[in-house]
Amino acid sequence: MKLMTRLMGAAAIAVSGLAAAPVFADGGTLVIASTQVPRHLNGAVQSGIATAVPSTQIFASPLRYDENWEPQPYLAQSWEVAEDGLSVTLNLVQNATFHDGEPVTSEDVAFSIMTTKENHPFKSMFAPVESIETPDPHTAIIRLSQPHPALLLALSPALAPVLPQHVYGDGQDVKTHPANTAPVGSGPFILEEFTAGEAVVMKKNPNFFIEGRPKLDEIIVRIIKDPSALLIAMENGDADMYPFMAGSQEIRRLEKVESLNVTTDGYAAVGPVNWIAFNTASPKLSDVRVRQAIAYAVDRDFITKALHRGVSSPQRGPIIESSPFFDETIPAYDVDLEKAQALMNEAGFGDGMELTVDYIPGPKEQQQSVAEYLKSQLKKIGIDVTVRAAPDFPTWAGRVSGHDFELTMDVVFNWGDPVIGVHRTYLSSNIVKGVIWSNTQQYTNERVDELLNAAAVELDVDKRKALYAEFQQLVAGDLPVYWVNALPYHTAYDARLQNVPTGIWGTMHPMDMVEWSE
Amino acid sequence: MSASYLLRRVFYGLLLMLGVVVLNFLLIRLAPGDPAVVIAGEMGGATEEMLQAIRLEYGLDKPVLTQLGIYVANVAQGDLGQSFFFNQPVTTLIGQRIGPTILLVVTAQILSILLGVFLGVIAARKPNGVMSGFVTVFATVGYAVPVFWTGIMLIILFASMFPIFPVEGMMSVRLRDAPWYQQWLSVAHHLVLPAFTLAIIYLAQYARLSRASMLEVLGSDYIRTARAKGASERSVLFKHALRNAALPILTVAGLQFGNLISGALLVETVFNWPGMGRLAFDSILRRDYPTIMGVLFFASAMVVVANLLTDLSYRLADPRLKGQS
Repeated sequence: MKLMTRLMGAAAIAVSGLAAAPVFADGGTLVIASTQVPRHLNGAVQSGIATAVPSTQIFASPLRYDENWEPQPYLAQSWEVAEDGLSVTLNLVQNATFHDGEPVTSEDVAFSIMTTKENHPFKSMFAPVESIETPDPHTAIIRLSQPHPALLLALSPALAPVLPQHVYGDGQDVKTHPANTAPVGSGPFILEEFTAGEAVVMKKNPNFFIEGRPKLDEIIVRIIKDPSALLIAMENGDADMYPFMAGSQEIRRLEKVESLNVTTDGYAAVGPVNWIAFNTASPKLSDVRVRQAIAYAVDRDFITKALHRGVSSPQRGPIIESSPFFDETIPAYDVDLEKAQALMNEAGFGDGMELTVDYIPGPKEQQQSVAEYLKSQLKKIGIDVTVRAAPDFPTWAGRVSGHDFELTMDVVFNWGDPVIGVHRTYLSSNIVKGVIWSNTQQYTNERVDELLNAAAVELDVDKRKALYAEFQQLVAGDLPVYWVNALPYHTAYDARLQNVPTGIWGTMHPMDMVEWSE
Repeated sequence: MSASYLLRRVFYGLLLMLGVVVLNFLLIRLAPGDPAVVIAGEMGGATEEMLQAIRLEYGLDKPVLTQLGIYVANVAQGDLGQSFFFNQPVTTLIGQRIGPTILLVVTAQILSILLGVFLGVIAARKPNGVMSGFVTVFATVGYAVPVFWTGIMLIILFASMFPIFPVEGMMSVRLRDAPWYQQWLSVAHHLVLPAFTLAIIYLAQYARLSRASMLEVLGSDYIRTARAKGASERSVLFKHALRNAALPILTVAGLQFGNLISGALLVETVFNWPGMGRLAFDSILRRDYPTIMGVLFFASAMVVVANLLTDLSYRLADPRLKGQS
């Protein structure tokens, strides 16, 4: 066995010498591994991590954010919000150019924001934007129909790529524009090659408008859909960074690799919340006492500590706990089986009931394992749970968006500001059959609608906090959703990498500062 | 072989392809789930108008039979449509993937025939020997074990425990700017595990088949004659016997081609090989109808062509079949 090992080791060295010798240039290459497949690279018309990670390298945006949720200059060197909150003026840098050499002007900024408003799935992001004035090539004045506190955050790289009007303004539909797979931006990296479902290769932009950046020569996003193959690639140094890692086994395994660092930083604004949603229109679940009974029966600590091996954290409410708007006093519904049984009795289900739970197909331990756990736990209060598996996403999405479900497990993102990622779930105006990630719970509460609509236009941070606090208390009482945990997103990266983006948007942020230490 | 025979075979091949296209189209529509909801979902949620716009754009608002008619007419003109998911022509997507799949399948085919026949011949030499027993056991096990299991075992052994071979794709991404010979070496390096995994099942079958076929031939008169006139054992085995024993192997090799392609689907998925199999697998999960149908079309065409070539080569290898049809 010893000889065998030695022989194999020798063979490994010989083979790796032949084929795997990395060719580091001065700035070096960064290989980011991802299980997510981008449809294309235009973040103005497509949400999600898969597109945003490369899109934020290729396109610059008006602002960027530091780890304290503070806006920083990017394409806009300064900005002013008017007293009445009805306009925001962006003063753009003078020296920014697109990768094809054309200058970036206020016209491009205006075009991009209006295009995003029209086409991006997050309608609330730029809904209040009425028009954008461009008095000179370096000034853009965004006019709003109402104050919009989420606007500055929406001008982040992850949500507001600045597109070249001379490319996208040709009258073709932006959602299916050919340039989406061969984009021209003004960001730190230039697209070199996009192979659908395989890789995105980006080279350093030598004319980037920030002096001395980017540091790297090349970024390659490599799609490896099989998680075990991906882990092996990380362990063997075939990939250098693995963001948005969510499996406890994966996290624990990569934590043991000496050449890697593993961090939880960088996901504050992403806000991935794993939850159990109730179909409040179903006769069995329309009674709030049944929903509360279920909440009292479920043990978040067991899920996060045992099922998730301590890598995820409990989540008590609709707003991610790392957000400034999270309300600490929201009731947690700590396990209390007696209380749960009493509520069931009160609701007239003392003899028990049958329920079906669906779950979004995805990482097993966040979804299926929790659903199975529900089955055993709810049995204790007389609820007979059937776990209904969906073979794939389309099947699940069809059921849930068609309101054909009782309970479903799901992961939904906050996306920075509650206006962008939270309101959609609870506003009664967003009950739209056939549309996934709308208010599929069919939850209606007039006061909640009022609070959310008010918070959407309130500029004073403290007043907004108060509005959201009341909102959180109300939905915690109504429980259209029982929040289980924040997804345990981690980033694993080669320990020699410096300045890995760990701000609020993680790797959905320009990597112009990232460099190799050797 | 007459030209009319060839023409007839090609005509049947085309007819078969038409059937494949229609059947694929109808089967895929039976799966639950609406591509428009998937596309909108992938974009991050949507409005009803958006769903309608997507359905309109991809022609999903028309009756299924109308869609089928349009699809068949387009395919006849060489247009496989646009991928719903990637919004690129399906031919472009397949063009990027067909090379890797052919490389994998052909390598596995060659590997399994060469090794399998070699093992079979060795085993046939002494039908009751140790080697023969080993080959028989190996053939049974190799055939019975599912391909993804073999793949995972090889990954654990040769990529995780002893990291000799890579498991992510076809070439190290870091070698994009390296000289061609380094790239080729890297491809060969990446090819070892998937090709071997795929070869194992078929290798076992070839071993079993060639052992049986050789045993039959070795008992015949002309072999006895060859031995009597003093031909060496190697010459008897490989020159005299194998030539005749090769016919059934050739037939099976042709039939096996379809199985190889379906096996490649699993192997590509396990090893992240950038081929058509993985594209098909991912597209099914996304209900990307045009891409699924495009891949199936290409795979079926490959099988039809392979079978045609087998028939033709069979006729070339066995002069007795000339003139028959």
